[in-house]
Amino acid sequence: MTMNSIDIGTAAMTTPSRTTYTARSRLLRVVKDLLANPSSGFGFVVITILLVTALVAPWIAPYEPNMIDLGEALQPPSAGHLFGTDELGRDVLSRIIHGSRISLAIITIVSVIVGPLGLLVGTTAGYFGGWYDTVMMRITDIFLSFPSLILSLAFVAALGASLENAIIAIGLTAWPPIARLARAETLTFRNADYISASRMQGASRLRIIIKSIMPMCLPSVLVRVTLSMATVILTAAGLGFLGLGAQPPLPEWGAMIATGRRYMLDNWWLVAFPGGAILLVSLAFNLLGDGLRDALDPKQGH
Amino acid sequence: MNTARFSAFGRQAGTIVVTLVGLLILTFCIGRLMPVDPVRAIVGEEADRATYEMVAERIGANLPLYQQFFRYVGDLLQGDFGVSIRTGQPVINDILHVMPATIELATFAIIVGAGLGIPLGILAAVRRNRPVDHVIRFLTLIGHSMPIFWTGMIGLIVFYAALDLVGGGGRLSDYYIGLVPETTGLLLIDSLLAGDWEVFWDAVNHLLLPASILGYSSMAYITRMTRSFMLDQLNQEYVTTARVKGLSKSRTVWHHAFANIRVQLVTIVALAYGSLLEGAVLIETVFSWPGFGQYITNNMLVGDMNAVMTCVLLVGVIFIGLNLLSDALYKIFDPRTR
Repeated sequence: MTMNSIDIGTAAMTTPSRTTYTARSRLLRVVKDLLANPSSGFGFVVITILLVTALVAPWIAPYEPNMIDLGEALQPPSAGHLFGTDELGRDVLSRIIHGSRISLAIITIVSVIVGPLGLLVGTTAGYFGGWYDTVMMRITDIFLSFPSLILSLAFVAALGASLENAIIAIGLTAWPPIARLARAETLTFRNADYISASRMQGASRLRIIIKSIMPMCLPSVLVRVTLSMATVILTAAGLGFLGLGAQPPLPEWGAMIATGRRYMLDNWWLVAFPGGAILLVSLAFNLLGDGLRDALDPKQGH
Repeated sequence: MNTARFSAFGRQAGTIVVTLVGLLILTFCIGRLMPVDPVRAIVGEEADRATYEMVAERIGANLPLYQQFFRYVGDLLQGDFGVSIRTGQPVINDILHVMPATIELATFAIIVGAGLGIPLGILAAVRRNRPVDHVIRFLTLIGHSMPIFWTGMIGLIVFYAALDLVGGGGRLSDYYIGLVPETTGLLLIDSLLAGDWEVFWDAVNHLLLPASILGYSSMAYITRMTRSFMLDQLNQEYVTTARVKGLSKSRTVWHHAFANIRVQLVTIVALAYGSLLEGAVLIETVFSWPGFGQYITNNMLVGDMNAVMTCVLLVGVIFIGLNLLSDALYKIFDPRTR
């Protein structure tokens, strides 16, 4: 662990060309580690498939996701429609494939909001301490005193039901655990010699936080963000299912299940396949997160 | 010593008050953010300007925000949580009415979750890295990766529609509704009090599937935590000492290691019980279970502001309470923290 993080710390401080070199070789090593273990390898492969599917969705989907064909309504899975068709005759497989774009968008936007926000709040609170720390930690405590789905539900109810608001709500509820983690990490090395050294060289507090502290927190924050993506996927699907997230006819997986619910007792494929997709992606993020933790940050797990 | 204790108590009390105030600010903001005009919601669309302003005056909608906040807190302190626009009843009455259904569901679920989760977690820790451990870890992983509403539907398709083993949605079959007098609101207890076994078994039949699925998700969490607590203990030297002394493996596990994690387990189970609320929101929708979860969702869908604010506040208070309870349990049962 110490070896690894010093690696990152020095990499961030040396010249740009060397940084890219070490970063790339480290990335390769991490990917190799992930693939060596069957469970994290599975997670990595599933997430890669999700990425690729989302990118090329229009070319690989056999049908248009919103093409209505009432003559073909509620067909069970067959060679023509591998995952069957829904009540409007739309191809379920094509909708799931297009739905991967929505899932990917949710994950990307939420992690772009949550990672930096949590990192910023956590490192500054840990480094400055004092009343700023107290206030920030009280705020995270209040957010943490809710189950994430219920808080997101409340925000969506306040902002109005739509995919965009669901993403904002999930982002608002997902940063506190990351801030907590970043703060705890910061506290462990805020008094380390290398920080004192750079302070005595006259580095500003901002510079110390950005250049010396944040890189040290990155591995564990990355692990935490990956693991929380599993929850994010489930919360987004839950919001979609309750009718407070993505709205029909968007092929969001949770919303597809909500519409399929009316016909599910006779037409199992309407809920089985979209739900299977959610389970698969959430499982993959959990496995990938565990694998990343072992590869980047062995001190955290068993 | 006494003063130190007193100041620790004072600090704790201060923390609780600050958190509660934060919670109130949060629920107030959620209420104000809602796109519903509270005055319009009361007077209706056709009311004339004078009525509108009279009502606005009475509920304080034209006051500055901070005054509205104080008014809100003042009302809450007097036990006035407002009236639900959807049902026309005081919100608190509505909540008291739906709560027993959720308590029944969650209690059954936590019995399943803890009853299976703790033994499985211990088994996995004792047989670490053996096939049993891998199977248990796989099951827990599925448990917290699955979308619980989906599992509920698959359960309905398989066990209700295909196999006809359990009841469908709701707490009772239609023809049993209203047969037993409502004393506690918990159907299992009410039907027993009335001595009506038919209703009792019908209620069990309806409870079984949603509670087991909810229980499975909390089992996943409890198993995972139990396993990791147990591994911490088993890796310590006193365990080796006990084994070297000639103590049997089961005695070491149960009398030494397990005795040391009991307190941690109680706190975990308390927190898991609270998180069941989250699963309940989804499971109750799937199973048309007339509980707190469904009440929250319905109010959010129609934007019933008073009800939403109170529900959110209540969930926050329950969670803060559970956290305090688990802290207190630690202090009572763990001699080192005294």
